[in-house]
Amino acid sequence: MQHHSQHSLPGSSISEWIPLLVIGGVALAYVYAFTHTRKQKGTWNGWHTVSFMCGICLLGVAMLPKLMQWAHQDLRGHMVQHLLIGMFAPLFLVLGAPITLALKALPTKLARNVTAILRSRMFYLVSHPITAFILNIGGMYLLYLTPLYLRSLTNPYLHYAIHLHFLLAGYLFVWSMVGLDPVPKRPSILLRVLVLFVSIAAHAFLSKFMYAYLYPLNSPYSSIEIREAAKLMYYWGDLSELLLTIALFSLWYQKRGLRKGEVVRPVP
Amino acid sequence: MNYERESADPKRSMWAAALVGVGVMAGVDEIIFHQVLSWHHFYDGSTTEIGLLSDGLLHAAELISIVAGFFMLLDLKRSRTLVKARAWAGFFLALGGFQLFDGFIDHKVLRLHQIRYVNNLLPYDIAWNLGGLILLLIGFYLLRRAKNMESKEVAF
Repeated sequence: MQHHSQHSLPGSSISEWIPLLVIGGVALAYVYAFTHTRKQKGTWNGWHTVSFMCGICLLGVAMLPKLMQWAHQDLRGHMVQHLLIGMFAPLFLVLGAPITLALKALPTKLARNVTAILRSRMFYLVSHPITAFILNIGGMYLLYLTPLYLRSLTNPYLHYAIHLHFLLAGYLFVWSMVGLDPVPKRPSILLRVLVLFVSIAAHAFLSKFMYAYLYPLNSPYSSIEIREAAKLMYYWGDLSELLLTIALFSLWYQKRGLRKGEVVRPVP
Repeated sequence: MNYERESADPKRSMWAAALVGVGVMAGVDEIIFHQVLSWHHFYDGSTTEIGLLSDGLLHAAELISIVAGFFMLLDLKRSRTLVKARAWAGFFLALGGFQLFDGFIDHKVLRLHQIRYVNNLLPYDIAWNLGGLILLLIGFYLLRRAKNMESKEVAF
């Protein structure tokens, strides 16, 4: 692969470790809060912690300097990174319920502020599945079908901003589907399933479209490379969406059980 | 010990299993014909944009239906309203129905892809659709049997 861009990520400078340090910091904060609340209330499902740590690891792998370099030179590398940051890591992070944990661990006054945000109308609108869907999938369409991707290759700030967008939009989308944190009202499961349906279709369509018409256009990559990247996007994106669908329906199953009171009924 | 038993739900049992059936058939198609035999292509040059879009929609429907059906079956089992005979009937009806849908609509009307890229496609098309028809007939047979069983139960 030719060296195509003006800037290259600095070889072994500290700056490329910054994202990893931030991720590590978040993990430490989570562990601290986790150990803190266990002593206090003991009402924490250990699987949240396992899930959150999985998400942190996936994010960490995506931010390894080696992978960053690969992603910078090769569209397949970029796609692997995109899948990890925008699709797989958010799923595990959301199921780790970090906001709920923060509510338990934060001092009462701060926790109240967080609750006020969660209850606000603004938050409801932003975290609505349709908004989250537009931010998430819309971002992908914008990146791959417009010259934005090419520009991100030569502008490091844009490059990082796009990664951050993928992470946040991915998190928001997963949260709008299966977020566990306490909010006064949520859109119905049916609406969530419908939005998920459109989202899966839009993702599958985009990846096949890229495969067929070799998007991003005018990129320095060979057609073989673009097609392999599009296939990665299609199949691995599928797997992450399958996991998200399973999470959504298991939530439905749990809620239905609670409503019917089946859980307490003894098994013959 | 006696447990309070809700009334059986034959319709829901059938639909839930049918959802699983659609997803399973799509999965079989994907795994055997795309991945193992590689007779189908990921994309063949002639597919239009509308074809790609309908492909995406169909794909999403399959993925959601298998998960939805699976959890609906679990829920029916938990509330002991599952009618197994109906569920099997629904499963086979969906297998056959989807196979025929794929054979006629996807392959012939939308021309998303063909079964195999050979000169004489006819034997493949016949085998594909005949297979679908057989599965569908099994489904109808199972449904009739399930209905007979139900009417006997009522008679007792």
